[in-house]
Amino acid sequence: MDILNALVLFANFVLIPATVYGAQLALGALGVTLIFAILRFANFAHGELMAFGATITILATWFLQSAGVGLGPLPTALLALPVGILGAVAMVLVTDRMVYRFYRRKRADPIIMAILSVGVMFVMAGLVRFIIGPDDQNFSDGVRFLIRAGEFKQMSGLNEGLAIKLSQVITVVVAVAVVGLLFWFLQKTRAGKAMRAYSDNEDLALLSGIDPDRVVMIAWLITAVLATTAGVLYGLDKSFKPFIYMQLLLPVFAAAIVGGVGQPVGAILGGFVIAFSEVTITYAYKKFLTYLVPAEWAPDGLVQLLSTDYKFAVSFIILVAVLLIRPTGIIRGKVL
Amino acid sequence: MKFLTALNMTGGYGMGADIIHDCNITVEKGEIAVVVGPNGAGKSTAMKAVFGMLNLKQGSVVLDGEDITKLAPQERVHIGMGFVPQNNNIFVSMTVQENLEMGAYIRSDDITDTMDQIYSLFPMLKEKRNQTAGELSGGQRQQVAVGRALMTKPKLLMLDEPTAGVSPIVMDDLFDKILEIANTGIAILMVEQNARQALEIADHGFVLVQGCNRFTDTGQALLADPQVRRSFLGG
Repeated sequence: MDILNALVLFANFVLIPATVYGAQLALGALGVTLIFAILRFANFAHGELMAFGATITILATWFLQSAGVGLGPLPTALLALPVGILGAVAMVLVTDRMVYRFYRRKRADPIIMAILSVGVMFVMAGLVRFIIGPDDQNFSDGVRFLIRAGEFKQMSGLNEGLAIKLSQVITVVVAVAVVGLLFWFLQKTRAGKAMRAYSDNEDLALLSGIDPDRVVMIAWLITAVLATTAGVLYGLDKSFKPFIYMQLLLPVFAAAIVGGVGQPVGAILGGFVIAFSEVTITYAYKKFLTYLVPAEWAPDGLVQLLSTDYKFAVSFIILVAVLLIRPTGIIRGKVL
Repeated sequence: MKFLTALNMTGGYGMGADIIHDCNITVEKGEIAVVVGPNGAGKSTAMKAVFGMLNLKQGSVVLDGEDITKLAPQERVHIGMGFVPQNNNIFVSMTVQENLEMGAYIRSDDITDTMDQIYSLFPMLKEKRNQTAGELSGGQRQQVAVGRALMTKPKLLMLDEPTAGVSPIVMDDLFDKILEIANTGIAILMVEQNARQALEIADHGFVLVQGCNRFTDTGQALLADPQVRRSFLGG
């Protein structure tokens, strides 16, 4: 019984949150890795692109809510997501046209492109705050819990409750669907294969008649879809705070690099590695251990390796360690 | 006027010094032309000039009666030129079959026939078609590279040192395949370090020295020429 209690406790506070967070990071890291694979620079504006896509989605959600349109138990934001994606697509195509294309044609150094993206990041951040303000926004509606902690306790007769939020299930389901679609696109379609070819060997891709402008455009489109989806899912799960997306940039980059930059599978792996590290290291194991060890061994302290205030340090440390020990990442990718 | 006639080509990379001077290269359909010469003679540069990869200050390139001097390399692929670079000539992260598919990217018609032809030319590729190209040996990679370039059904196939870094046995095998390709009526222009073996299968040879044509003759005649033998073929 105590073991079951411990497991439920662990699932409720570590397994489920880390899986959901991992899915969000994986979607974010996929966008970063894709831009790196095709345009060959680290896109620092990715976090703000997530915020921008989410902002447009929130505006559309509010509009739908005020018009009385909804999805019943599901959050209205899912219905508004395509609008947000369109907004993000417009955003990336305009920035590519106005900023990146000029330097791409000059074959500018990747570091110049990366610094450009920092500029784009600040502009986008300003735009997001201008449109929706710097405050928290709540846009989730529909059913909140799929399983409540109290109900679970009654059903199972355990001391510990297991709560599953609808937003968590949606996050995982949507992430799996989007990732599945992306891999199908990259492996099976002509355009997807052309993207892989371009990422693999740009000169040979040109010799084969692959149009670089088209490949770059598709890369931006996919990135906009991934970023908006990740941004909205994160906002639904936690809440929408414009500044949080800038902070998300660190774990997202860490995930992309840990997995191997330019490798989509790596981005997903990296997302979960970072998420699970962050959650397991900042979780207080006191109660968990109390269930498992004899009463006299029960710990007095919280048994928390790191305070949650320092959770971003975890991704930072992993990032530095990977760059020192295996700069190509888990799945041998490019080196930034 | 031959099928490919490149005359008086002079130029170099970017704004740099000229590497080739008044260089002439010609190939007829179904024939093999080989460019040989010492290191730094501008062999690869001459080939790149034919393919439009450097700015020519003078000279012209004519393919099948059409002046293509001003065309970009990608446009030359569309009008029937296939190019196999010396290095990085395959997509290492993709399967053999995907490499061939990418070779045929510009084609909108059915490519299965062409792919079957390439598989019958290189049976090994068929065996390994679902394997990642980066895992193959040097000789097999060259087969993938040649196969990729053949997927566009080129009228002129250009090979930049196809036998660089492969064993003598693999080299002989590759030369046999190149002969087979030429026999289908494709014009072949190749740059080779292994001058003697290459001239043996060549219809025409161009010996370049310091960016200029030094000797031009049939492959057999060049092999027999005592001066060429002494200077370039090691006696």
